[in-house]
Amino acid sequence: MNFHKILIAAGAVAAMTASAQAADISGAGATFPYPVYAKWADSYKKETGVGLNYQSIGSGGGIKQIKAKTVTFGASDAPLKGEDLASAGLIQFPMVMGGIVPVVNLDGVKANELVLDGATLAKIFLGEIKAWDDAALKKLNPGVKLPSAAIVVVHRSDGSGTTFNFTDYLSKVSADWKTKVGSNTAVEWPTGIGAKGNEGVANNVGQTKGAIGYVEYAYAKQSKLTQTRMINKDGKTVTPETKSFQAAAANADWNSAPGYGVILSDQPGADSWPMTAATWILLYKQPQDAAAATEALKFFAWAYDKGGKAAEELDYIPMPKAVVSSVKKTWAESVKDAGGKPLFVLSN
Amino acid sequence: MALQAGGMAMDTASRVRALARFRMGDALFRQITRAAAVAVLILLGGVILALVEGAWPALRTFGVSFLATQSWNPVTEKFGALAPIYGTLVTSLIAMVIAVPFGLLIALFLTELCPKMLRRPIGIAIELLAGIPSIIYGIWGLFVLAPFLQVYVQPALIATLGDVPGIGYLFAGPPYGIGMLTAGLILAIMVLPFITSIARDVFEAVPAVLKEAAYGLGCTMWEVIRHVVLPYTRVGVIGGVMLGLGRALGETMAVTFVIGNAHKIMPSLFAPGTTISATIANEFTEAVGGLYTSSLVALGLILFVITFIVLAAARYLLLRIEKRSGG
Repeated sequence: MNFHKILIAAGAVAAMTASAQAADISGAGATFPYPVYAKWADSYKKETGVGLNYQSIGSGGGIKQIKAKTVTFGASDAPLKGEDLASAGLIQFPMVMGGIVPVVNLDGVKANELVLDGATLAKIFLGEIKAWDDAALKKLNPGVKLPSAAIVVVHRSDGSGTTFNFTDYLSKVSADWKTKVGSNTAVEWPTGIGAKGNEGVANNVGQTKGAIGYVEYAYAKQSKLTQTRMINKDGKTVTPETKSFQAAAANADWNSAPGYGVILSDQPGADSWPMTAATWILLYKQPQDAAAATEALKFFAWAYDKGGKAAEELDYIPMPKAVVSSVKKTWAESVKDAGGKPLFVLSN
Repeated sequence: MALQAGGMAMDTASRVRALARFRMGDALFRQITRAAAVAVLILLGGVILALVEGAWPALRTFGVSFLATQSWNPVTEKFGALAPIYGTLVTSLIAMVIAVPFGLLIALFLTELCPKMLRRPIGIAIELLAGIPSIIYGIWGLFVLAPFLQVYVQPALIATLGDVPGIGYLFAGPPYGIGMLTAGLILAIMVLPFITSIARDVFEAVPAVLKEAAYGLGCTMWEVIRHVVLPYTRVGVIGGVMLGLGRALGETMAVTFVIGNAHKIMPSLFAPGTTISATIANEFTEAVGGLYTSSLVALGLILFVITFIVLAAARYLLLRIEKRSGG
């Protein structure tokens, strides 16, 4: 008798969890956008009752999981190439953006006082500029009193989209960097110490006198580290702030790469911050579970339309309107169920 | 009479049944224990197979040079395991050099010299060390130990030992705070409780009569410890040391926080380095591409082999000691 009761109870629990799972959208991947995805998911659940189960396991993991079809969508900080998307049957679109900022720990140097350019930054990370009173740094910062301390380079030890975008920028502005190191989510660093995660880099820079590192803007702001200004592609000196990240996104030609895979580093424009980065979502063109994919698209549409404020509160940059409407058109045209019926219908 | 005979027949029959039941119970118990033991073997075999299969692409591509190359370049997909292997061995060596003497001294104090009142508090404190999660050690190492070393210890060592010929290169600057030495120190603290508590247990097992006899012959405390306690407990002590070494070789999180994660072999103990498990923990999530992932799995396989060699060497050592003392 008892045994039967237990069986029935277990069955009921299983049924309940199964129905709960069916209602949730599942995704996995990049850690960089995790805070904003979590915030969106929270508001979206309150509004619609549909939850999001997002595992921030890293971009590489996200790509693996979407290819293994264990999740409805994957998320990556590094865009997939057009041929990879085509062979896997995936579509890709950018969800949100952020900025990457060099941070330093120098006594007597105030926030946004130090000015760097791409070539100098590359030389520092190559280990060629070893001291803060190097001639190249003095020339860029005539009014700043630079100590004769050794430069301690701090980089990410884990593979990361931040590193991908940072090294991509250095590859664009320094031929030396491109041939010696290159760009990837992890690279063979010529010098320096590695720290895990944005918070690891922020901590190490904060603790080590003479250190320089690169972190996501949100982390730089939260940890109150000394940020630097940069000289951009147009030769203008820009300050890291929402305005300059948005300028970079606005000046980008989003249709120049398949799957909107435009890397926002070193964009033209007088106000463009040179290290701006987007993060992408990966979704099957013909998903196995059409209902789940439909729910996911609804969530993304909601995030584009109503998630901008939440993103800005967390120091992320929402996608420009033109990009959003283009992405929605892509959904309506390419994401279909097995019968060829579109899963997303444009409302206007 | 007939009744009695019938009763006896029933008795015998029920006894046979009972005996059969006991036999079956025993047989069942034996099978269950055997199944448990075999399950572990199957699991271990499965792990080895999975590691070898996962590591195969990397091993096939790089061959033996995988073990001998320092370069670890995800961009060009050229991978070599030398830097992590070096880092793993050196940090574990630093840890053992510090933790073994320390642990044995603490254990000796606790068993031979400590006033009864202090024995429990110190013993419990040491066992608590073993219960602290490794991530806590990592955070403590990064926020407290590393800055302390960077500001006070490393500059002093660089100033004093840095110029000593022969060993000066080990203490060359600049002081980062984090690096191989810091990782070794953290590991030493982490393995200390293993070594201490095992050593204490085996020291306590030395029969009092042996020690009393030695004291009766007029031996000093040092002589009793040197010639009675240590020889008697050699096997157990080595077992404890090996357990500590096993932990040091595989420790991941705490090391990742404080070692500096640089794929380079540098002679200075203050320089950043990396270990096998730290590399895997750092890079596995974002490793895209077959060869990269495979190289990380190959690192795991190498760690497996290193641990196996260490354990096998310990067994061999114990066997030789036992044979010598037996013969």
